[in-house]
Amino acid sequence: MNLEKVVFAFFIILSLTATFGFVVGDFGDQDHHNVYELFAAVVVNLIATVLKFGDRSHIGAVLLATSLVADLHLIIAGVVWALATGGSGLAPGTAAMGAIVSLASGALLANGVSVILLVSETIQLRR
Amino acid sequence: MSKVTSLVLRRMRTPVLVLVFAYTISIVGFVLIPGVDAQGQPWRMGFFHAIYFVSYMATTIGFGELPYAFSDAQRLWTLFCIYLTVTSWLYAIGSILSLVQNPAVRRASQETAFERRTRRINEIFYLVCGYGDTGELLVGSLARRGLRAVVVEEDPARLNDLLLANFPVDVPGLAAAADDSQTLIRAGLLHPLCGGVVAITSNEQANLKIAIASRLLNPKLTVIARADSHDTEANMRSFGTHFVVNNFDESADRLAMALQSPGMFLVHEWLTGIPGQPLARLVEPQRGRWILCGYGRFGKAVASQFVKGGVSFRVIEAFPEKTGAPEGTVNGRGTEAPTLEEAGTIGATGIVAGTDNDTNNLSIIVTAQELNPELFTVARQNQRTNRELFLAAGVDLIMERTDIMAHEVLALLLTPSLESFLSLARARGADWNNQLVSRLAAILDDLGPEVFSIPISAESAPAALGRLQEGGTVPLAGLLRDPRDRERVLPVICLMLTRGEENIPLPDSDRELQPGDRLLLAGREGSRRLLESGLANPNVLSYLLTGLDRPSGSIFRALAGSR
Repeated sequence: MNLEKVVFAFFIILSLTATFGFVVGDFGDQDHHNVYELFAAVVVNLIATVLKFGDRSHIGAVLLATSLVADLHLIIAGVVWALATGGSGLAPGTAAMGAIVSLASGALLANGVSVILLVSETIQLRR
Repeated sequence: MSKVTSLVLRRMRTPVLVLVFAYTISIVGFVLIPGVDAQGQPWRMGFFHAIYFVSYMATTIGFGELPYAFSDAQRLWTLFCIYLTVTSWLYAIGSILSLVQNPAVRRASQETAFERRTRRINEIFYLVCGYGDTGELLVGSLARRGLRAVVVEEDPARLNDLLLANFPVDVPGLAAAADDSQTLIRAGLLHPLCGGVVAITSNEQANLKIAIASRLLNPKLTVIARADSHDTEANMRSFGTHFVVNNFDESADRLAMALQSPGMFLVHEWLTGIPGQPLARLVEPQRGRWILCGYGRFGKAVASQFVKGGVSFRVIEAFPEKTGAPEGTVNGRGTEAPTLEEAGTIGATGIVAGTDNDTNNLSIIVTAQELNPELFTVARQNQRTNRELFLAAGVDLIMERTDIMAHEVLALLLTPSLESFLSLARARGADWNNQLVSRLAAILDDLGPEVFSIPISAESAPAALGRLQEGGTVPLAGLLRDPRDRERVLPVICLMLTRGEENIPLPDSDRELQPGDRLLLAGREGSRRLLESGLANPNVLSYLLTGLDRPSGSIFRALAGSR
């Protein structure tokens, strides 16, 4: 067992699950989407991105790209949240929440691709 | 992804992860810890404000406690966060700085830059392996002619010299062992514009390997390699190395030429010299008995030339048994008068100081001159930097191997037909060469000639070719006139005319050219441009041949025709 592989796979899958956890629920309902979950998704995604740095293989490059896409989506979602609430810590309105969740759904898709790549690479390895 | 970016990103993983963790812990702490607003109401920092505060705190910008003054709990957490985030930043910045200075990264970035510079070359260039004295001279001479070179040299200190050298053209250099085929490919071995490979490292085996790699990977390239022993030379020739330069043989060969016929020596020396440099002079050595100091590789090569030329000589050698010196050898260094006297310096015609130590060679020459001022002195110069000393010692003939080798390689690279001409010239004997020397001296103004080759082809001589195809004639003498005033003759000599397989040395001036001929010419610097203008421009050519300034526009041409 390779510890590096464990940590790598852990963060890639965690970024998918954290994003999923934030997205799941009624689309515009602010009670179903937690700000801590969004923050956790951003942080885990950033960590996953950094872990993908410096891999020279083709699959490594695609993995890095998917992570960067997810980061972009989630950071924009965070910015929308901050703007909608004016930094007050209150929940954003239904319209803003719709935008935030749809952005996070994009990140969810990108993270899904990431995990598919990870799984396909693992299957190819056959050991 | 390039090697450098990948290396940098890989090394940055840990520092960036540490930063992400530090920020996350700080931000979450600020969001969780309760505070009070300006009215004393309970208030909690949102993520937006937390990120804002941590960002300016961690970078030590410190705008203060925003948006409301902190509670004690928040201040306690801030205290903790300052140490956490500031140390994380220091660690990250430190890593970046050490990364920039990391030898592996610097090497990778140098290699990438070298590869890029080589790939972008869009004109003919030569791959020079080995940047010793010879390489430096060679690259410098190429650069002065506006020709590009790419250098591979193992010693980084030598490569620094290349970076400091102020060449008029860009010369990319890489510090790597040149006998690695990957390095050669990186240096442009497979580049479509690579004109030739020159293997002149001081390591014979490396040269051999470079020559083999070049022949196998890119068979259409001209390969010139330096060999120090006859074994390697034969080996190199066996797989088709185009030219092998053996520097000891080359030097001995020059010396033999000088003894046999000074004219021949001067023809050789002048034509392979550097354009614009003062011409070499030679006092004619007398036939007689010679003394040869040092029986190493150089000494042996000289001795074999002496034997071939029937010159009687005596050897002085410090280790006669080890070097296998001939019988009658005087034991000693030759630097002290008794040894020289014993060898018969007083009655000798000439002395060759051929040890591998410049100090000893100088000492031999000076001592011998004191014993016999009439002596013709020949010295082997090993280090290029010692040239002034040898000149000051008044040596009649300096054998500098780097100089000889660089000129030889340059001639082979740029004008391969010169080699055939020089061997023809050697076969012609002393008188022929003496005549050529006086003809050259008459046009050259004491400065080295420019030697160049021009084929009568659509590319290099369109006007001449057009005239020939229209049924006109182009006599050689017509081309050698000055386009500014056809009564004057250009300071150029046609050394050789190559027609098919036939080489005609010094063709008559009334000989008529044919399409496909190749001319080998030598002339004063700058005359090439004038000569080429006649070959390329039909109006100039017609003026040169007929004396008529032909109108170039169609109206005036029609007028001229009706008149």
